[in-house]
Amino acid sequence: MIKPTTASPAPGRAPGEARTALLFIAPAMIGYLAFLVWPTLRGVYLSFTSFDLLSAEKWVGLDNYRRLVNDPVFWDSLGVTLHYVVVNIGVQTVVALLIAVLMHRLTSSTVLRGVVLAPYLVSNVVAGIVWLWILDTQLGVGNEIIEWLGFERIAFFGDASWAIPTIALVNVWRHVGYTALLIFAGLQSIPPTVYEAGRVDGASEWRMFRSITIPLLRPILSLVLIITIIGSFQVFDTVSVTTDGKPANATNVLQLYVYDLAFDRLQFGYASAISVALMLVLTAITVFQYRLMRAGRSDLG
Amino acid sequence: MSTAPRGTRRRISVRACAASFVALALALPAAGCAPQTVSAGDEHTVSYWMWDSAQQPAYEACAKAFHKKNPGLRVKITQIGWDSYWTKLTSSFIAGTQPDVFTNHVAKYPQYEGLGALSPLDELGPTRGIEASDYEPGLAKPWTGRDGHRYGAPKDWDTIGVFYNKKITKAAGVSDAELRDLAWNPRDGGSFEKTLARLTVDANGKRGDEPGFDKDNVVRYGLATNDAGGDNSGQTQWSSFAASAGWSYTDKNPWGEHYNYDQKGFQKTIDWYFGLAEKGYMAPLEDYSDTNHPETQLDSGKAALAMHGSWMLSTFAGLKGVDLGIAPTPKGPTGKRASMLGGLADSIPKGAKNKQGAAKWVAFLASDECQNLVGKDATVFPATPEGTKKAIATHRKNGLDVSPFTRHLEEGTTFSFPVTDHAADINAMMIPAMQEIYSGDSPASSLSETNRQINFLFQQGN
Repeated sequence: MIKPTTASPAPGRAPGEARTALLFIAPAMIGYLAFLVWPTLRGVYLSFTSFDLLSAEKWVGLDNYRRLVNDPVFWDSLGVTLHYVVVNIGVQTVVALLIAVLMHRLTSSTVLRGVVLAPYLVSNVVAGIVWLWILDTQLGVGNEIIEWLGFERIAFFGDASWAIPTIALVNVWRHVGYTALLIFAGLQSIPPTVYEAGRVDGASEWRMFRSITIPLLRPILSLVLIITIIGSFQVFDTVSVTTDGKPANATNVLQLYVYDLAFDRLQFGYASAISVALMLVLTAITVFQYRLMRAGRSDLG
Repeated sequence: MSTAPRGTRRRISVRACAASFVALALALPAAGCAPQTVSAGDEHTVSYWMWDSAQQPAYEACAKAFHKKNPGLRVKITQIGWDSYWTKLTSSFIAGTQPDVFTNHVAKYPQYEGLGALSPLDELGPTRGIEASDYEPGLAKPWTGRDGHRYGAPKDWDTIGVFYNKKITKAAGVSDAELRDLAWNPRDGGSFEKTLARLTVDANGKRGDEPGFDKDNVVRYGLATNDAGGDNSGQTQWSSFAASAGWSYTDKNPWGEHYNYDQKGFQKTIDWYFGLAEKGYMAPLEDYSDTNHPETQLDSGKAALAMHGSWMLSTFAGLKGVDLGIAPTPKGPTGKRASMLGGLADSIPKGAKNKQGAAKWVAFLASDECQNLVGKDATVFPATPEGTKKAIATHRKNGLDVSPFTRHLEEGTTFSFPVTDHAADINAMMIPAMQEIYSGDSPASSLSETNRQINFLFQQGN
């Protein structure tokens, strides 16, 4: 029988080092367990209960999920959230890609990058309030300009058909710089020699964008899309400070509905069931997206 | 100099280091979660929460007077804005950091009463003697729980009135006397609707009662919008009209178990009220926003009249460039006026750490001494008749006739906020339902279905 060749002083030290390593990992692990794993498990458990916070929870089995299937407000909220995600992600990705490519191909100015990133420094709540003022139907400077240009005033946050696109575009304004910088970082990983070769072959800028930039950006674009879609589904603060679900539930996104159920109506069990449903939807979307875009593989290799 | 062996010393230092990391990890979240408004938790302090910053100075004065009378007790007042007040309060009940006393709202209290989170005031020594007759009529009744115990000591009251800019009404040829004597009905809107039409002006300068009036291009509305009013039972919007037509919210009040939003008379009133926006006489729903409240609409000249509560008196009186007039709510088909009688009260949580101190403070808040201080400040009308007289005198001194608000009490034309279970669920149904009607997407008859869903909540039990 052959002894393993790893016999060295290492096995003697390893348990001690592992213990030390565990001690160093412990703080992060405690935080992870206390603030992510435990609340998630507790949330899943609460989704099978009726719980009002002040008295003990009661096990109700699948009742909350049955209610969810038959709750028109939930399906309406899901529709509103999807509407928001489509407008937000659609516009944000295209504009961010455009900004990133322009920065990459035309300028190396760090000042410009700073300007592009500036709105990201503003918090969602502040951005929401500022745009609420700017776009106010009667008093907003934005509507003054629209009227001055000869158009009718628009109730950006008050009209059911305008509200979700407006909130989505406020968030595009806030996040597009950050997304552009992520894509920009991805663009910098593409070797310049590929573009040089393309140029030698007589390819136009558009052709190089289509045949070099987009395919080679796929991994980073997948990452950006997965992150932004998950973030978009969780929209809450901008809606809360601007429309708060109004008018007539036209902006009642899922997170707002969950918040209202939990903190206004003290229905923590049902609110947890919706949160679990949202978690499942997001997991499914992420897995699907990851596979579809072959996000783990690069065309550079 | 250490005599410990090298190896041991190393282990100790690693352990100490790791332990401090763990301690830090545990301490940081704890610090992060620590409430900003810590309950005093000692027998020398009474912590008191309220949401209205405008009223804080009056209550600070009360706290000073209270401390003089009770040298061993101090009151620590914490003001938290309405938007986060109830969430913080609920979390404080769970975390055990609840205040000793808090300002309570009649729309919110059934939930806390139902959960058994409040102390019965009639079981605590200092507050045992509080009687309903100590207050203006109708103020104490809503605060009696289903078990007959008192859960709130009334602190103030409010009614609804019509604020207007005299410059605009005079220019339209509408006198103050006319405005004080308006009447409405669901058929043709009566003199109230005629006046709104007269005060409405379109972009071409045509008034609402003139031929050629363009209802889609209005520059000044007769009546300001204050949202659709689903979340406050239409307190400042449609409640005065519905009640003056003889309608009431529930089968009984407080603790009704059947809502009446499906009654034809109510739906007729709602169709007429929101129809004012359709006719161009009332600002549309879209004009209402967090930055464009009724007082702003009156201030900017976008509206001639604004219906609002007496708690807004100082705000309206402070509008520069508005020559303020106040009229009572119009008479309805019953021949009488009607106004919701709102009122706040002070409550003590069951888990209050300084319950005896809390009860002393609540008893003091309800006493003439504190009520008169609040009356002198006149931000609100205090709950006692004595305090109310003080507030009226202060307003008179400031040149403001507040009789449109006080006459409702004198003439007995008030009605109460519906005190029922499931208030938060009912809000969640009524807000979108009323907004849909206001925006013209649904007729008022759609409220029959909403009402069926509301009443279903009561059939399911608690």
